[in-house]
Amino acid sequence: MLNNFVMPDLYPAAPELFLATMACVILLVDLFAGPARRWLTGSLTLLTLIGCAAVTFLTFDGTSSLTFANMFIDDPVADFLKFLVCIAVVVVLIYGRDYMAERNLDKGEYYLLVLFATLGMMVMISAYNFLTLYLGLEMMSLSLYAMVAIDRDSPRATEAAMKYFVLGALASGLLLYGMSMIYGATGTLELGLVAQALQDGVANRTIMVFGLVFLVAGIGFKLGVVPFHMWVPDVYHGAPTAVTLFISSAPKLAAFAMALRLLVSGLFGMADQWQTMLMIMAVLSIGIGNLAAIAQQNIKRMLAYSGISHMGFMLLALMSGVVGRETDPMALVNAYSSAMYYSVAYVIMSLGAFGMVLLLSRAGYEAENLEDFKGLNKRSPWFALMMMVIMLSMAGIPFFVGFFAKFTVLLAAVAAEHVVVAVIAVMFSLVGAYYYLRVVKLMYFDAPVDSAPIRASVDMKILLSANGLAVALLGLFPNTLMMLCTATLVRSL
Amino acid sequence: MIALNHYLVLSGLLFAIGVVGIFLNRKNLIVLLMAIELMLLAVNMNFVAFSHYLNDLAGQLFVFFILTVAAAESGIGLAILVVLFRNLSTIDVDKLDSLKG
Repeated sequence: MLNNFVMPDLYPAAPELFLATMACVILLVDLFAGPARRWLTGSLTLLTLIGCAAVTFLTFDGTSSLTFANMFIDDPVADFLKFLVCIAVVVVLIYGRDYMAERNLDKGEYYLLVLFATLGMMVMISAYNFLTLYLGLEMMSLSLYAMVAIDRDSPRATEAAMKYFVLGALASGLLLYGMSMIYGATGTLELGLVAQALQDGVANRTIMVFGLVFLVAGIGFKLGVVPFHMWVPDVYHGAPTAVTLFISSAPKLAAFAMALRLLVSGLFGMADQWQTMLMIMAVLSIGIGNLAAIAQQNIKRMLAYSGISHMGFMLLALMSGVVGRETDPMALVNAYSSAMYYSVAYVIMSLGAFGMVLLLSRAGYEAENLEDFKGLNKRSPWFALMMMVIMLSMAGIPFFVGFFAKFTVLLAAVAAEHVVVAVIAVMFSLVGAYYYLRVVKLMYFDAPVDSAPIRASVDMKILLSANGLAVALLGLFPNTLMMLCTATLVRSL
Repeated sequence: MIALNHYLVLSGLLFAIGVVGIFLNRKNLIVLLMAIELMLLAVNMNFVAFSHYLNDLAGQLFVFFILTVAAAESGIGLAILVVLFRNLSTIDVDKLDSLKG
């Protein structure tokens, strides 16, 4: 038994290994550099993440390979998502740098927690076994709980952290319980073998359905969809805005990957069951998310509810893969690539929206109420324009990226004969347009409450402009991103 | 010989007690952490029972990882609890209501 150890192929896991090594190096560097040279930790973290994106890009080979005894998969979807996660985290760090520095929160812990959370997300994206999936998920979640509480003296932040922790732990518990049931029914933890067992019909259906319910509940918690959304507004509201920006961006990609791996790679044989569950969650999220967002005065809360409705849209695409009992490969790819496109588009918009909240905040002042956006046009016409682009895109108005994301999702839903659901989704998006347009109205037609000049570092201004322009340009040329999503997905499924 | 069913029912009950403990407990956050722990232990029992009856070691291996992660999880949970107590001078669940809307 002990003698047949085979060294696993480390090449497919190169980005993770690079990130893990660098995180340990930075841990030491931060310790020895001390507070006087804190910039060193920050810049090394940025370089590491850019390096990690580069490693992901360079080791990309368009094929799927399994390693670590089939626990880890390196396929094009994983590479694509990992690359985007790294880029999103770089953007998060640059947007949040001044905010954290002004509040004296940019200690080494912050950067290291960001790195370890990123590592967790990458492991999650590449997981091909319940064990790796769970470990990646926990690595990400535990780092995020600590990051929410990083402002130790703020009662609001600690309260948010506690709520996030309790509900996150509950979600992990549900997910694990589901995994244990599926393990019991199939006798394996590997996603491919679970799918095989389902296909062969050797798994006990009752136990599988029982496990599936818990699994979907766990996924719902992590995505933040109704009825498992209670934590989202509180955490977004309570956490320091830079951390909110982080939670609302990259982890959504990882959660999408988790849903794709578990439901499509693992439990595809039960698609008819989980599609119904996803449909209920999607409709509820789009409805409740959009309705609750209207009542919000705090923009972080408003964006949290809008995020809930966006994740509902993503689920709408995820549930449109299989029509009846027929599996049409084209419909399958269309549905899942539109889900992926939606997640990516949402992350870009969310980065821009929270980046704008960070831009208006300054030392000792949190620009987190809708009123703070009043008269932004007079203070900075350019950033008011960028914010308008992002808001219109989130509302799904042509021709921004959010419109095409919604459009492809609805197309997939209609193709899967979920016309009623698609109509409901469109209706609630119209309701949703109200609160996005309210922000635009506040910026352009109201007098500024606060006329302090907008001060930000040059790189943040450039990046934020690029972010806004990306939302507009990806809307004008939606095919590039869509083709990337489709091409990677075709090679991975 | 105790059948697999008995283990599953017991772990199901423990899990249910854990979940109910999270939702019904309105007084003390430490009890809440205990409820979370109970949930994870119920899962462990499930894994061990299945692992034994399937004659497959992977399930027992998973348990080691869950135990480790559960320890890290309570570490973070207690750390947040300490910070919370310093800020609010209470660990009453009902007092966690400043974030609303």
